[in-house]
Amino acid sequence: MSLAVAPPVADARLRLGLRAGLGIFVLLLGIMPLLNLLPVTHPLHVSDFLVSVTGKWICYAILALSLDLAWGYAGILSLGHGAFFALGGYAMGMHLMRLIGPRGVYGHPVLPDFMVFLGYQELPWYWLGFDSFPFAMLMVLLVPGMLALIVGFLSFRSRITGVYLSILTQAMTFALMLAFFRNDMGFGGNNGFTDFKELLGFALNTSAARAGLFYASLVALVLSFLICLRLTRSKYGRVLTAIRDAESRVRFLGYNTTSHKLFAFVLSAMLAGLAGALYVPQVGIINPGEFSPANSIEAVIWVAVGGRGTLVGAVLGAFTVNGLKTWLTSAAPDLWLFVLGALFVAVTLFLPKGLIGLIKGRVQ
Amino acid sequence: MSEGRRLYLDGVSVVFDGFRALNNLSLIVEPGELRSVIGPNGAGKTTMMDVITGKTRPTAGKVLFGETDLTRMDEAGIANLGIGRKFQKPTMFDALTVFENLELALKAPRGPIACLRWKLNGEARTRIEQTMAEIGLTERAQDLAGILSHGQRQWLEIGMLLMQDPELLLVDEPVAGMTDSETEHTAALLVRIAGRRSVVVVEHDLEFVRALGRRVTVLCDGSVLSEGSIDHVQNDQRVIEVYLGR
Amino acid sequence: MKHPVLILLLLCALALPARAQDAFTAGLTGLGTGFNQTAEAVDRLGASGDPRALPLLRALADGRLLRQADGTLLIRGDAGVQDALTNAAAEAAGAEPVRLNNRVRVALRGALGRLQLVSPDPADRQAAAEAVFRSRSAENVPLLDAALARETVPAIRARLALALAASRLMADDPQNKLLGVTALGATSSPEARAVLLEARATNPAIAAQIEEAVAAIDQRLAVRRAAETLFQGLSLGSVLLLAALGLAVTFGVMGVINMAHGEFVMLGAYTTFIVQEALRGIPMLAPWSLPLAVPAAFLVTAACGAAMERGLIRHLYGRPLETLLMTFGVGMMIQQSVRLAFGAQNREIISPPWMQGTLMLPGEIAVTQNRLWILVFSLVILGLTVAAIRFTRFGLEMRAVTQKRAIAASMGIRTGHMDALTFAFGSGIAGIAGVALSQIDNVSPNLGTGYIIDSFLVVVFGGVGSLAGTLVGAFGLGIINKILEPWAGAVLAKVFVLVAAMLFIQRKPRGLFAQKGRAAEA
Ligand SMILES: Nc1ncnc2c1ncn2[C@@H]1O[C@H](COP(=O)(O)OP(=O)(O)OP(=O)(O)O)[C@@H](O)[C@H]1O
Ligand SMILES: [Mg+2]
Repeated sequence: MSLAVAPPVADARLRLGLRAGLGIFVLLLGIMPLLNLLPVTHPLHVSDFLVSVTGKWICYAILALSLDLAWGYAGILSLGHGAFFALGGYAMGMHLMRLIGPRGVYGHPVLPDFMVFLGYQELPWYWLGFDSFPFAMLMVLLVPGMLALIVGFLSFRSRITGVYLSILTQAMTFALMLAFFRNDMGFGGNNGFTDFKELLGFALNTSAARAGLFYASLVALVLSFLICLRLTRSKYGRVLTAIRDAESRVRFLGYNTTSHKLFAFVLSAMLAGLAGALYVPQVGIINPGEFSPANSIEAVIWVAVGGRGTLVGAVLGAFTVNGLKTWLTSAAPDLWLFVLGALFVAVTLFLPKGLIGLIKGRVQ
Repeated sequence: MSEGRRLYLDGVSVVFDGFRALNNLSLIVEPGELRSVIGPNGAGKTTMMDVITGKTRPTAGKVLFGETDLTRMDEAGIANLGIGRKFQKPTMFDALTVFENLELALKAPRGPIACLRWKLNGEARTRIEQTMAEIGLTERAQDLAGILSHGQRQWLEIGMLLMQDPELLLVDEPVAGMTDSETEHTAALLVRIAGRRSVVVVEHDLEFVRALGRRVTVLCDGSVLSEGSIDHVQNDQRVIEVYLGR
Repeated sequence: MKHPVLILLLLCALALPARAQDAFTAGLTGLGTGFNQTAEAVDRLGASGDPRALPLLRALADGRLLRQADGTLLIRGDAGVQDALTNAAAEAAGAEPVRLNNRVRVALRGALGRLQLVSPDPADRQAAAEAVFRSRSAENVPLLDAALARETVPAIRARLALALAASRLMADDPQNKLLGVTALGATSSPEARAVLLEARATNPAIAAQIEEAVAAIDQRLAVRRAAETLFQGLSLGSVLLLAALGLAVTFGVMGVINMAHGEFVMLGAYTTFIVQEALRGIPMLAPWSLPLAVPAAFLVTAACGAAMERGLIRHLYGRPLETLLMTFGVGMMIQQSVRLAFGAQNREIISPPWMQGTLMLPGEIAVTQNRLWILVFSLVILGLTVAAIRFTRFGLEMRAVTQKRAIAASMGIRTGHMDALTFAFGSGIAGIAGVALSQIDNVSPNLGTGYIIDSFLVVVFGGVGSLAGTLVGAFGLGIINKILEPWAGAVLAKVFVLVAAMLFIQRKPRGLFAQKGRAAEA
């Protein structure tokens, strides 16, 4: 399981080049909503569709970063990161539902439509507080974080690793999906949440709100990247890589690997939750389908395609695969699942270090 | 020397699926002592180290370090008590450089937050550089551990053990794959360490054991067969039969 | 045993018509003259037991019975109007329909029920038994006694007995009542329980006996419910076992994590469909399409497995996480291929007649035939798998290769060959599982998706590498699931089982039947 064996100097220069590329990329993303304001006839005009779809991809890139932290650095192949993403999304969705207030179809002052429909008399206790934005944001991080803490603590303490952990996390998201499909969970069952009206006083259907969410996601991406960078560049990052490659040896050096992995896993889950929270107001809906195990494993392939164990790779992979998906699902819908399946096979067999590995190979 | 802790194994047995890898083994290593352990393949030498470092739980018996019961602790806890180990098959982190491997081993707070805050100060850097000089890897500081030769890996792991600054060093076959002069160097190093620290060395190379020149324990079939000076055990009839041959 | 019944039947056959002749004609008097007279006539006709009374009363109930001024009764049927007594064609002119009121209707219901009891049509008799049970009147006791003596269809006999016991309960004399209580208490029917509870209020004298009878029924019902839950659990367990068995070989024995396992199961189900369609035109073979699909599915999926192992998986040995992702991708491609080839909708697989219907075990425990077959089938396949691993040359070499590859190779075993064969073997079992699952699940391209997580949990729960563990794991999880279902609901029960399995694995990461030794630490 050794990663790139390259002279560190060339490596550093390459890393610098990749960072510069990323910086330019972020700048390009940053001017997209501005170009959207240009008249439609202008050659540099960017369509509404492209802006909104890019906003989604930015959230996916944050999810990819979080997954890369767990898998690429700490060696925890989570097949349940979609669950953390969805939980963050649901926390945000609850806030948005509360903000609808009396504007719902049934016009109830407090209860969301689906609760009126299901005959709720009052808000369930776990919905309290979600009308406050700071509280909701706290939950966006805390709920996925707590779940990761519990699942991670139990698993890491019992030294469950490798595919066992992967299957366990997959079972986790599957169980959550089944649970959220139930109406009496109080999360809207099948249909989840939709018909959001506003956020922080801005009507969501205005282009200003959309641009705002876009920038918020972009800032979150940059911040997440910097956090991950700080983490992985530190001695803590090196401990994580050491755990990934030879966990028991790290223990004999006196490191409590359970707490190190737990720290990374919980942080990673929180980032995934943040990504989900930014995603939901942009797509305008959240339902239990987000918990589907296939979603989580698709996120894994973004990281694999970009190159795991490199932060730039995770971002690159998220944009590449999702770009391909958006293009193919409209150009040749039947083909997409083949291509996605083939990507899994090709990356694992021929491109274990992903696109970044390919670029590195070229440079040297 | 009285402030050091002694290692105390009493009646330790380890059973794997009915097979007794350790059989009522008792052993005491005094603070500051340098002890050699020899014995045929499968005698249980590595298993003994596994038991001391928490990798394997004994089926029966007591393992104490000072007053602390080691059988109740996990590997990390035991390592933090001040027991360091070098493995028979050198193991380190191939994706990290020589320098980084030593940095990870360096005695310092081990928690996630502490690691995140960690800054390599001048003192730590000097210690790492001194150790690299000692193990002859100064030139390779920035090379990945994965590309080192077997002998260099042995040295790197010894270096990592030194960085931990443990009170008790468990060294499993340190000189396998080393040249004669390197073997001498290692012997001298271990002798120098002993006195301040306790050291237990497992080795098949009798010349090396002779060079250490201290008390020798012969293990066979999971228990102590003979104990004494190298000359004493080499003339012990039973040891000759099962181990030395001739 | 046979003689008394026969004689009784004969007696009835001889005696009834002779006596009824008069009773029938006599019974008609007064019909249609007034509501009370009509009701009395209906009662008499009902008591007569004459088969001719049945069409007449039915006509009355439907408003098709006409009465001429001279008292002649006519029946309007599809073929025109006939004389009710002679069946001769008649003129309807001047005839008035006989009118009904509620009293007549009540009488009619009872009379029709009694008459239907002797109808030659079993469906009529069944309906009559139900009607008599619902009306519950002590008058019906002799009638029911006679009907019960004649009846030969077991299901109708059971209903008649129930009706008889319930009617006895309405009798005046306590002796008869007690007989009814005892008879009801001997059943295991919730209806009998309801009747008894109803009777308790009106019969304080025999309340104790009634309580006792209710308790007896409750106990029998509880046993039946437990037995049915057990069967459902076993049935779910057998499905899990089938789905997990192939995985127990590929993952448990070889350590290869195959996320396309569910797709192999799905391929097996589609092979069943193809075999069925191919044999449709051959009358001799068509009924055997399901048994023939078993080897076909094995071969198809085994071939897919072998190709996948040689072509892809072998390049990733020692890298389980990569294998997991790669095989997931292959699964996706298989699923999409099938979707394009066969469409996304469900394909219909026709169950052979011997697998249809419900079997009643003693104590009225209902068992669906197809589930029973699958339970038996899964155990047979488990037995065959164990035998193949334990007692064949192939099994010996397979174990040799998975335990000590280098040594096996040095002894002349072609290890690569064995890997392919072992993987093909496990995949083939998945295909066989698909044949069985095609009988109870929708045959669609995502058939397999639902099984993969369950199968892994079963294998890990039971202990990787132990087929006995897989057996216990499958049935354990299946039964726990079904026990939870009544109070948690199907979905929540599944969630509970998933969470419980996850927690269990965390407490015992090596599963129930843990393997020991150095091999287990890899
Ligand atoms: N986890 C285990 N499971 C089963 N058997 C084991 C396990 N660990 C060790 N053994 C057995 O215990 C015995 C002692 O092994 P150990 O490694 O301690 O020997 P050793 O004295 O270090 O030999 P060598 O000189 O070859 O290194 C061997 O026979 C070995 O096969
Ligand atoms: Mg050894």
